[in-house]
Amino acid sequence: MFDQKKLQKIREELHIWCKEQVNKTLEKHPERQQAFKTSCGEELERLYTPLSIEETDYLEDLGFPGDYPFTRGVQPTMYRGRLWTMRQYAGFGTAQESNERYKYLLKQGQTGLSVAFDLPTQIGYDSDHEMSDGEVGRVGVAISSLEDMEVLFEGIPLEKVSTSMTINSTAAVLLAMYIAVAEKQGVSPDKLKGTIQNDILKEYIARGTYIFPPQPSMRIITDIFEYCSKELPYFNTISVSGYHIREAGADAVQEVAFTLADGIEYVKAAIDAGLDPNVFGRRISFFFSAHNNFFEEVAKFRAARRLWARIMKQRFGASDKRALTMRFHTQTAGSTLTAQQPQNNIVRVAYQALAAVLGGTQSLHTNSYDEALGLPTEESVRVALRTQQIIAHESGAPDTVDPLGGSYLVENLTNRIEHQAVSYIDKIDKIGGMIKAIEEGFVQREILDTAYRTQKEIEDNGRTVVGVNKFTSEHAEVPEDILKLDESTEKRQRQNLERLRKKRNNSSVSRSIERISEAARSGESLMPPIIEAVKNYATLGEITEALKEVFGEYTESVII
Amino acid sequence: MKKTRIIVAKPGLDGHDRGAKIVAMALRDAGMEVIYTGLRQSPSDIVNTALQEDADVIGLSILSGAHMRICDRLLELMNEKGIADKPVVVGGIIPHDDVEILKKKGIAEVFGPGTSLKQLEQRIKELAEKK
Repeated sequence: MFDQKKLQKIREELHIWCKEQVNKTLEKHPERQQAFKTSCGEELERLYTPLSIEETDYLEDLGFPGDYPFTRGVQPTMYRGRLWTMRQYAGFGTAQESNERYKYLLKQGQTGLSVAFDLPTQIGYDSDHEMSDGEVGRVGVAISSLEDMEVLFEGIPLEKVSTSMTINSTAAVLLAMYIAVAEKQGVSPDKLKGTIQNDILKEYIARGTYIFPPQPSMRIITDIFEYCSKELPYFNTISVSGYHIREAGADAVQEVAFTLADGIEYVKAAIDAGLDPNVFGRRISFFFSAHNNFFEEVAKFRAARRLWARIMKQRFGASDKRALTMRFHTQTAGSTLTAQQPQNNIVRVAYQALAAVLGGTQSLHTNSYDEALGLPTEESVRVALRTQQIIAHESGAPDTVDPLGGSYLVENLTNRIEHQAVSYIDKIDKIGGMIKAIEEGFVQREILDTAYRTQKEIEDNGRTVVGVNKFTSEHAEVPEDILKLDESTEKRQRQNLERLRKKRNNSSVSRSIERISEAARSGESLMPPIIEAVKNYATLGEITEALKEVFGEYTESVII
Repeated sequence: MKKTRIIVAKPGLDGHDRGAKIVAMALRDAGMEVIYTGLRQSPSDIVNTALQEDADVIGLSILSGAHMRICDRLLELMNEKGIADKPVVVGGIIPHDDVEILKKKGIAEVFGPGTSLKQLEQRIKELAEKK
C-alpha cells in the first residue's frame, strides 16, 4: 500500500523518535502498565504506523464496500442508505404478555422483532411437562402449540416486520408454526422475512439447548435449508452464532474462529444435501458479540467478514456476491454487565454498540442496564433502544462508510485476528472438522481455559472492572424496580394446553405425528409433515418426542 | 484433614455453565474435591449424587429464574432422604428480594454476580467445617 522508499524513511524516523522522545519520557514518567494487551492477550504497540500494515494490499485485502472481500462493509453505501435494524431480543411469560411488549417496542421505533423463547420451548418440552416445572415463561415466551403462536403475533403484520427467532434444536417446529400463522394472516411464505438461529453446533459448545445427537441434528438443519430455499426465499435459515461462544468465555479470535468453523460445517452439510453454495450461501447470516475492547471489536467484525468471503470463495468455490457476504446481527456482551452500580452498564452498552456500528453490523440488540439483576423493565429496555437511536441520529458515526478503515491500529488488528483465526480453523480441520472437535471436547476446553484465565486476571486486579474491583461503592445499591413475572403463568399455560388437547381433532394429530416418525426414519424431508402437524395443533412436545424416539438424545461430555 | 467434597450442579434447563465450570475449577485448585454434574439435573438427580458422593456441600448454579421452585424441591427431597444438614449454596442471577426468601427457606448462602472466587472458597470452607 505504501512506497518502499517512504516506508524505509518512516522506519528510520520511528527509530529516532523512540530513542530521542519516547525513552526520555519513559525515564521521567514510566507507563501505567508494563504491557498493554488485547482480550486475546496480544501485546499492543505504543504507536501504529504505516509499517504496521506494510503487508496490506488495499485492493486485495480491503477493497471497496460492497466488493470482495467486503472488509469495509457489505453494501456500497452502508448506513448512509439505510440504518441497521434495531432489534431488541424480547419475550417472557405468556404469548399475550410478549405480544404486548412487541407492540410497545414497535411503537417506540424498533424496526424488527426478536423472539426469546423460554427454555422448555427451546428444548422441546410442553409447558405441562414435568421438566418444565418452574421454567415456564422465565427466560422467554412459552410456546407449546400453534395456538400460542397465533396469540404471539396477533395484530402484527408478518408481511411487514422481519422476525428473528432464537430457536435451535426445535427450530423446525417453531418455523412451521410461523409459516402457519402467516398463512392465517393471508401472508404467503415467500413474503416472509426473518431469521431462525438454527445453529445447533454452538449449543453443544456453549449454550446448552441441544436435544438430539449431532448427526440427526445436522440432518434436521439441512431439511430446513432445503425447504426454505424453495418456499421461503427471503428467510435466513441459519444465524451462525459466535455470541454465545464469546459469552461462554472465548476471546475475540476464538469467537471468530469457532463461529466460522461452525459455518464451514453447515455449508459442507448443505452441499452434501445437494444445495448450491451460490444459492444457499445467500441465506446464511451470523451473530456476534460486541465486547469491551473497542478497537479490537471493530477489527474483529471486519476480519470475520473478510475471512468468511475468502472461505466461501476459496474453499467452496462460491462466486455469487451475496453468497460471499457475511451479514450479521450483533448484541452487546451480556457478560460484561455488572450487578454492582448497574447504571454504569448504560455506558458499557453504548460504546459496545458503537463498536458494532463501526464494524458494519446489519442489526443490533443493545442490552438493558439491569440484566445482571433480572429481566429488564420497560424503562431499561427503552434506554437500551434509545442508545441505538442516539448513535444513529446524533453521533455522526453512520454518516461515512467504514470510518475506521485505514487506521493503522484497526487494520493491523484486523490482519492479526484474521491470521490467528485461520490457524485455529486449520487446527480444527486437522482434527477432522467441527463436529469431531466438539465431540472430543477440544472447543469447549479452549473456551473454558480462556474463561478461567480471564476470571483470574480480574481477581488478581490485572483487569479492572469499574464498580466491581475498583471504584466500588461503600453501600450496596439495590435497584428498586425489577420485572416480576406473574407466578400464575405456568398454571394458565397448563390449563390452556389441557383445553387444547381436548378440543383438537386428536386422530388427525396422531396421524400427522406418525408421518413425522416415518419421515424421520426414511430420510425424507421433515418440514412438510411438521407443518401439517402444527396446523393440526400437535404440540411442540409431541413432535419432539416422536423425533427423539427415532434420533435418540445427546448426552454432554462433561469437561472441567 | 479430610478434603471438603462439594457438588457443583446445574439444575433445571439452564445452559449457562460458564460460572459453574469456573467455580468448579477454582474450588478444585483450592484443594477441594469437586463433583461437577453437567447440565439439566433434576433436584432428585442432585440429591442422589449428594448421597452417592457423600458431599459436604451442595452448590447450585441457576441463571434462568427458576431458583425458587428448584430450591423448594431440592430442600424437600433432602429432608426426605435425611441429609437436610448438608449446606446448600446458590450462585447466579438471583433478584435481591429472593435472596432473603431463599435464606429463610434454608439455603445457606447466595453468591451474586461479582463475588470473588476467594470469597466463595472461604465461605464454602466455613460451611463445610460448621456442618
